[in-house]
Amino acid sequence: MWTWFHRLASPPSFYRFADRLAPWLLVSGLLLIGWAVWLGLFVAPADYQQGDAFRIIYVHVPAAALSLSIYTAMSVAGAIALIWRMKLAEVAVVSAAPIGASFTALALVTGMLWGKPTWGAYWVWDARLTSELVLLFLYLGVIGLQQAYSDARMAARACAWLALVGVVNVPIVHYSVQWWNSLHQGSTLLSAEAIANPKMAPSMLKPLLLSMAGNYLFFGAVWLRRMQNGVLLRERRAKWVREIALPADLPNARPLAGGPGTAKRGDRT
Amino acid sequence: MSAAVAVFRRELRIALRRRAEWVQPLVFYGIVALLFPLGIAPESPALKVFAPAIIWVGALLAALLGVERLFRADLDDGSLEQMLIADAPLALLIAAKLAAQWLLTAAPLVLASPLLGLGLGLEPGPVAILFWSLLLGTPTLIFTGGFAAALTVGAPRAGLMLPILVLPLMTPAVIFGGGAVRAAAAGLPPDAPLYFLGALLALSLTLLPMAAAGALRNALG
Repeated sequence: MWTWFHRLASPPSFYRFADRLAPWLLVSGLLLIGWAVWLGLFVAPADYQQGDAFRIIYVHVPAAALSLSIYTAMSVAGAIALIWRMKLAEVAVVSAAPIGASFTALALVTGMLWGKPTWGAYWVWDARLTSELVLLFLYLGVIGLQQAYSDARMAARACAWLALVGVVNVPIVHYSVQWWNSLHQGSTLLSAEAIANPKMAPSMLKPLLLSMAGNYLFFGAVWLRRMQNGVLLRERRAKWVREIALPADLPNARPLAGGPGTAKRGDRT
Repeated sequence: MSAAVAVFRRELRIALRRRAEWVQPLVFYGIVALLFPLGIAPESPALKVFAPAIIWVGALLAALLGVERLFRADLDDGSLEQMLIADAPLALLIAAKLAAQWLLTAAPLVLASPLLGLGLGLEPGPVAILFWSLLLGTPTLIFTGGFAAALTVGAPRAGLMLPILVLPLMTPAVIFGGGAVRAAAAGLPPDAPLYFLGALLALSLTLLPMAAAGALRNALG
């Protein structure tokens, strides 16, 4: 039953698989986000306390949820890379980090923009906000570590170790609103009673759920595309890459090695 | 086990012959703590409020200073490779090395901290908690730093990477360490943050040497 998994782990078949899947994820994600934005900005009523300021949750909540999910996904990929020495998982780790950093930054910025009119301050040194900022620095650490190595595999595996150790911060961010007296509100969506009996009005909840789904699909598309690029770069001397990257009617085309002098020592695939 | 003891003794012997290396963090720590009263007004009551943070951040920076070169000399003279191919588990050898590093660079800081705490105007009660919090927290700092040093030792363009990697990972220790002293200064029980520091200590002593060993094998393998 695992043959499909092993087949997917080989770079050429992953590349073709991702090539087929990514457009679907991208289109459906963007459609869902567009629908959610329409419902959230124009259809949902204004909040009785916050007025229109609450509408930023349709960006803020998915971004914050993704910032944690991506880090978790990255460390799971890191564990796979370290335990089974799977090249594709290494690519997955380094390609997830910049996306995760972007979503974390987006969550922080939207939170600040919302905080000014609602709390009266852009920033408070609250447990949730601070641990989310630490998460951003962890992402930046992974990105920086990757660039500190010249060998792509070594870099990816170092990043995998860092992602594994840094994952301790994920539960801290998630539970910070319960463990400490936090100014940031608790989770409205994720609790047993909230799922049975939603704490939000349906007209406000529906765009949020649509936006969550859309953003996750969008992330999936971007991650697959970045992984495709990573795989191409690593396998640039392989025959299948040449077949994809070079038009067939160029018999004398040079193999895609980045031109003379750019191939560095240790740039193994 | 005997290999770990040998590594531990070797570290101490090297340090005894190069005294400057383990005196430096202590001097650095003193100077950092001294700069804060100069920056704030010396007789300001704010100093007392900031004292836990000053002492904890000072300890963190001093620990970082020593950790930077933790594996560098061993890499240059080849003893790191000997550790890698040794019969004993690499994680155990790294733990021994980090324990020696703690004894040499962090233990003096812990011993000096009551003096700094009193100097910054803390009461004796909070100073005692400060001492215990640093005793529980500094091994976590050293072991986290050791993990980051293992990650960067093989990186040719590491530069400032080590502090960038290590500081976010060290934040929990500072939060709970400073929190314990703050609680004691406010007359509240400091047990909960101290227990958290103990939990962090247990986790970092057991798991981080293994992560560091994996990172070292990757960097040099």
